Parts: sequence; structure tokens; C-alpha cells
Amino acid sequence: MFRGSSFNAPSRFFRDDKDFSGCSIFGMMDRGGGKVNGEPVIKAIANMKERSNGLGGGFAAYGIYPDLAEFYALQLMFEDECARSRAEEFIRRSFEVAEAGPIPTRSIPEVTDIPLLWRYFVRPLPTCLQEEEGEDDYMVRAVMHINVNIEGAFVFSSGKDMGVFKGVGFPEDIGRFFRLEEYEAYTWVAHGRFPTNTQGWWGGAHPFNILDWSVVHNGEISSYGINRRHLEMFGYVCTLHTDTEVIAYAVDLLLRRHGLSVDDLAMVLAAPLWEQIDRLPRGKRERATALRQIYGSLLMNGPFSIIISNRTQMIGLTDRIRLRPLVAGRAGKMMYISSEEAPMHLIEDGLERTWIPSGGEPIVAEMEVGTGMRAGVGA
Amino acid sequence: MKSYILPEFLVERDDYRCIRCEVCVRQCAFEAHRYDADEDAVFVDESKCCGCLRCVTLCPTRALTVRRNPTQTPDNYNWTREQLMDAYKQAETGGVLLTGMGCGRELPIYWDRIVLDASQVTNPSIDPLREPMELRTWLGAKPDRLDSQGEGKRRRIEGMGPQLKLETPMMFSAISYGAISYNTCEALARAAAELGTYYNTGEGGLRRDLYKYGRHTICQVASGRFGVHADYLEAAAALEIKIGQGAKPGIGGHLPGEKVSLEISRTRMIPEGSDAISPAPHHDIYSIEDLAQLIYALKEATHWTKPVSVKIAAVHNSAAIASGIVRAGADIVAIDGIRGGTGAAPTRIRDNVGIPIELALAAVDDRLRAEGIRNRASIVVAGGFRNSGDVIKAIALGADAVYLGTPALVAMGCHVCRKCYTGKCNWGIATQDPYLSKRLNPELAARRLVNMINAWSHEIMEMLGGMGINAIESLRGNRLRLRGVGLSREELDILGIKHAGE
Repeated sequence: MFRGSSFNAPSRFFRDDKDFSGCSIFGMMDRGGGKVNGEPVIKAIANMKERSNGLGGGFAAYGIYPDLAEFYALQLMFEDECARSRAEEFIRRSFEVAEAGPIPTRSIPEVTDIPLLWRYFVRPLPTCLQEEEGEDDYMVRAVMHINVNIEGAFVFSSGKDMGVFKGVGFPEDIGRFFRLEEYEAYTWVAHGRFPTNTQGWWGGAHPFNILDWSVVHNGEISSYGINRRHLEMFGYVCTLHTDTEVIAYAVDLLLRRHGLSVDDLAMVLAAPLWEQIDRLPRGKRERATALRQIYGSLLMNGPFSIIISNRTQMIGLTDRIRLRPLVAGRAGKMMYISSEEAPMHLIEDGLERTWIPSGGEPIVAEMEVGTGMRAGVGA
Repeated sequence: MKSYILPEFLVERDDYRCIRCEVCVRQCAFEAHRYDADEDAVFVDESKCCGCLRCVTLCPTRALTVRRNPTQTPDNYNWTREQLMDAYKQAETGGVLLTGMGCGRELPIYWDRIVLDASQVTNPSIDPLREPMELRTWLGAKPDRLDSQGEGKRRRIEGMGPQLKLETPMMFSAISYGAISYNTCEALARAAAELGTYYNTGEGGLRRDLYKYGRHTICQVASGRFGVHADYLEAAAALEIKIGQGAKPGIGGHLPGEKVSLEISRTRMIPEGSDAISPAPHHDIYSIEDLAQLIYALKEATHWTKPVSVKIAAVHNSAAIASGIVRAGADIVAIDGIRGGTGAAPTRIRDNVGIPIELALAAVDDRLRAEGIRNRASIVVAGGFRNSGDVIKAIALGADAVYLGTPALVAMGCHVCRKCYTGKCNWGIATQDPYLSKRLNPELAARRLVNMINAWSHEIMEMLGGMGINAIESLRGNRLRLRGVGLSREELDILGIKHAGE
């Protein structure tokens, strides 16, 4: 059963290893853990309609599955029932499945060519883990397997107590399609897409996710070719035909597997210039130098602004010479990161402060109660 | 025996312009020009002309023209003039044909079949005159992850080897003192120091006068072990074990005794006037584990403070060999392609043995990545670079840096006449004759080198900026920014690039 051209990567898609886009990004996080439904974030992203063209919209929501929080929520799209049975055969073989079912949607005329959308709450079967392999590593391997080897199946998201909802359409339509007003989350991240060189397809919409990490991205990664080849050495296989994918995998590699701090992450993805590094005091200089020497292949070159999120953090970052916009805002415990300032004012009356970070300077919002934000980064 | 060899060039003198100044007579070490005082005329023996254009360049009245001898040999696709002359030469001498410089055969030059990308609309191109543009490159072993151990001054990063810092990803190739004059060595050293990069001693040792440039010197350890001693190793910034050379894979080298002057004998630590023979293999390296021993011996000898490079010629199974070299502990793998230069090589070996560097580079980079060991060593490639376009394509294919040999000599005046092995280089480069070598002023030659590398660096910056990239590491191995033109599917697969239009 063929479900429409915008569903899956067409066979000729291999010709475009990455696509690039001008986009809108928006993120909001309640550092106190208070939850809101999807309406404000939809309103905010819709306000930047100029920045998207209806070829992709998506959301990541954290804190939406509290009752099943100890299970990984695998959200998948399938080309057809055959793909679903192929994938389910693998999922049942590899995981204990607590709950499974279609993702609830509502029919609206603006969203068409819809793939099958399912979610599975799973836990790796202990017998499947390789020696000394953690559950997270196993999940990464399983996601790669599904994306690479199971034809017609793609994993939207694979984290705990979170989910990614995305598709082809304007983000506000995608939000209504997925009935996001029915979900309550403490962090919402949204994306509206304006792809310039490829047709939109469901898998290519943002956010990109691996485990808890989600990335929304505005820009084009000129270094994509080498970022991808570097990540391949560590077992990440880029299958979704967009450069944003490499950011998600790089974040997973650097923060989770290599244990770097967020500041180190920013120094890798948007490395300071050598002339800045050379002026640092010795200890910092050595660390910054080592980071560029070791992780030079993960420097994200070219224009970007991104919001990276997980269950406890939301990080905004621009490229080192700041070729894409990013603005931050704060209202009590609520932190906002956005392509533009207007949507924050639209949904938040109590905005205390907004500011624009420098190129390569991360904005970090953290869940911990208290200051929440790091010294030297705004506030 | 009457020679059947036709002169390669004709030298034409405009007698109206010629002022009998005899510059040409003095400049030609091959004695192609002769002044006859009785007749007040300058005569030419064309059979001696090597086509180096020294006389043409220096003639103050531009009275001279050198052109290819138009005499035609009978038309034959097989038996071209070149083939005929080579056969006559061997029939007359019974010798192995010797030549200099790199292979100039019509093998495909893949650089000319690869084109670069540029940004349009979605990604702003960057103007390097107004925005930062970084070429700084580090060579040496790097770990897969940052994992620091210890505290304060004793802090170190697990797996991080000593690094060479290059301000531009270009170095000067190994050319030995002996193959080239002292002045030429000095020019290379001065230029490397000024550019913030490195030159390579080749296998001829290092004269003590040049130790002051040691921080910009890569010292070679080759099969003859010429000039290798504690101070030599100590003076260097990095060491290189030379296993092979692109111009003559599988064979060694031979510096004839006539060239072994007092200074060369001291530097190479051999008796004056004796032949300096580099054996084909290292006789203490008959397999990979022996190479590993030499790598670690050199590391020990230099207290683990210097990266050790291993240089091989590009041959069929370079990828597997390179993998072995990395696993044997090398910090840098240098690969020299079939078009790489030489001071002297048997013509048939130079022209028939080895593979083009583009293919070897792509295969080695792929292999090291497939094995997950690409970070453990840097890749430096040599052999056949002619301009910054070639260099940037090599970096996009996966090289960390390139070695430039012939381009450096050309910058200093070399006209690629391929007579280096005669020792009569009229440009004062490949000679030990004091009369000839003083023609090369180290200061001026260094200026020419610095100018050329700076110009190439600027061009690389412009091309990077055009691609929307402002740091060289974002292009390194970024083959998506390359496309092939007119290449077969197999060639594209090996190079790991797409065809233009894809």
C-alpha cells in the first residue's frame, strides 16, 4: 500500500544527503516543573509563519507520559502495514512492551498523505543486552537498526516520558492533527520548516530525537559531510536525510557517552576562534585547544540556531559567527528560547527580560529549582 | 658510436639582439652555449640543452628562444619519438634510464576531474577578508574522546599524542641535503619557520647550521640511516620513518660519491666521496612488528615528546598498510602518490609503479574510518599538487595536510627539466656545485616560498568561504562538497564522491 509521496523518503532521496532550510524554532521550559498543554506553543510557533512554508512542522514534549515514565516511548511512523509488522516483529523480539497503540490524531484537511503513526512503551529485554552495554546504548543500537534495516519504518522519538510529534504541514496544523492540547508537558519545543531543496517528508521534519535528546534547528550545516562521517565511526547512521540529525547524534555522543559538560558541548559545536582560544588563561586554553583538536570533525560550520532539549535541560545555541537569529526570554520560572521575540510576548504577559546571546554562547535552562540558569549566561 | 638521439630542443638566437655578453655561456652548466672569440659569435650545441630555460630567462636582450625540436619521427602511435629516443639511449649505453622529478605520463589527474561546491541562498558565503577564516591544523594522534587525568600541571589527556601545529595545512616535502643544495635547504627552513609550518629534511641528515630551525623541521629516518644521531633527533619537531617514495616505490636511493662533498659527508656521517646508498628496504624492518619497534625506539629516544610519521608510497594495498602503520603506533601516516617527485629515479619505475594519490588517499581515509582509528593518526599526502585547488580537494577527500615538493622547487625557480640527477641544476637547486648553488639566494628563495604558500592559503580561504565554511576542519573529509566530472561509477565509488548533477 502506497501512502503518498510525502510520507517516506523516495528512492531518489539518496541524492540529497542533507537538506537545508530556513526555519522557525521555539522552546519553553518551566524550570519548576509546572505543566502546560500544547496550546501556547502552537500559538507561538504559528506567529512565525513567515519562516515556514508548510513542508514540515513538529513538536517535542517532555513530561507527557508520567504513568509510563520508566519505559522508553518509541514513537514510529510506518509506510504501510507490512512495515509495521516487520518493525513490530523486531520490537517484540527486542523489548518488553508495556503498552502499544496508534498515536491519537484528528483528521484535518490541512494534513494529508499521513503515514501510520504508532507508539510503543518498551524496556530492553535483559537477555538482549550485550556485555557491559547500558540500556541507553542498546536503545541507540535498536533505533539505528530500525531506521537502517527495516524498510518503511522510522523512529520519531525514543526517550522516556517524552515524545516527538511531527509531519508535513504548517506546525500549527501538525499540532492540531496530533491533538497536542491533550498533552501536558513542562518543556515544549517546536519547529516550523522552510526546506529549500527537497520536498518535505514526515521523517525529515524536526525535532530530531535520540533517547531524551531532541534538536530543532534553523540553518544549514556546511560541515555535514564530515560531521556525519565522524559520527559513523561511533555507530550513528544518518538515515533521515537532513543535517539536523547529526546535531542530535553529536549531542548524544558528547553529553551522554563522553560525559562532556554543556559548556564543552558549545565549545565543540560552535568552537571559539583560535585567536580567542590563544588569549585564554592556560588551563582554559589547554582544554579549549584539546576540545578542538579532538572534536574538530564535530564543529558545526555554517549558519544555525538550535534548541537542544532533554528531560532536565533546554539549551539554545547559535553558530560561532551567529548567522541565524536566537533570542532568550524569562518570566519567573518559565524560560523561552525563540527565533524571534514577538511570540514570547504573544503567549507571556509576565516577560521579565529578553536578551540575545552572542555567537557560540549557550543559553542553558535547567530543571533544578533555584537559580536554574548558569552563572554568566544571562539572568 | 654515432648517437642517433635527436636533440629534444632547438635553441634559436636572434643575432640582431645578441650583444655577445656571454650570460648564456656562463649560465649553462650543460655547456650548450659556446662563445667563439675569433668569430665573435655564440654557438649552440643543442644536444646538450635540457630545456631548463635558464639562458632564456637571464638573457638581457631576450635574444633566445628555446622550443621543442620540430623534427618529426615517422608517425606511429606505438613508436613515438619519446619511445624511440629512449630505446636509442639504452642501445648506446646499456644502462637503466634515469630521470628526475615526478611522473609526467598521461595518467588521469583526478584533481582535474573533481569540482568544488559553493553556497547559494540558504547559506551565506563568507568573505575571508572581513570575517575570520581558520586554517590552523594539528597533526598527531588524538583520542576519540576528551578524558583528562590528573590535576594541575600533571594534567594530561588520555590518548593525546604530541601535536604539530600548522598555521596552514601545507608543509614542504622531504628533499635531502645532497639532492638539493644547502642554500635550498636553508630557504625551505626559513620559509617553514615564517609560515608556521614544517619542512622535511629527507634522508640526508641535517646540517648543524640549520638546527636553529628545528622547531619547524621534520627529520627523516630512512633505510640508509644517514645523519641519524641523538642531536639530530633532538633538533627535530617531528620524526619521519621513510619506507617508500611515490616516484620510486620499492627501490632505494643512490647519491653518487662525486656529490658527497666534505659537508655532505659530515652531515650524512659517511666518508667523503663515497656513494651514499639507501637500501630498498630497511634491513631492520621486514614486517609490521619491526616497524612498530622502530616507531617506539624513536619515541623513546625523544622522550615521547615528538610525533612519529611513517611515509609510504601509494601502492595497491595502501589502505591495509596504512591501517597497520596506525596500529603500529605512528602518529602520522604520509602517503606519496605516483606523481611525486624525486632527485633521481629509474624512468621505468617512476612511470609505471604506484597509484595516483587521489585514489590512495580516499581508500586510506575510508579504511581508517571503517576501522574506527582515523583519530589515532593524521593523514598527510604528497605527490602531484600543482595549485591550491588540488590542495583543498585533498583536504576534502580526507587529508589533514599536504606535503609540497615540486611546487616548492618551482617557487624557487625550478622549471621541471627533469635533470636533477645530473647535479648540474642551472637554477642552483639540485646541485652541490658551489658555482651553481650560490645562484640561489636563500633569503630571496624563502621569500618566493612564503609568497606562494601565502597566496595558496588565501585561495583556500576564499574557496572555504565560498562553501560557507570558516574552519578547515569542517572541510576535512567532507566529501559531500566535492563532485566528480566525467568519472566512472567505480572511480566515484573509490573516491567516495558523487557525480556532478547528483
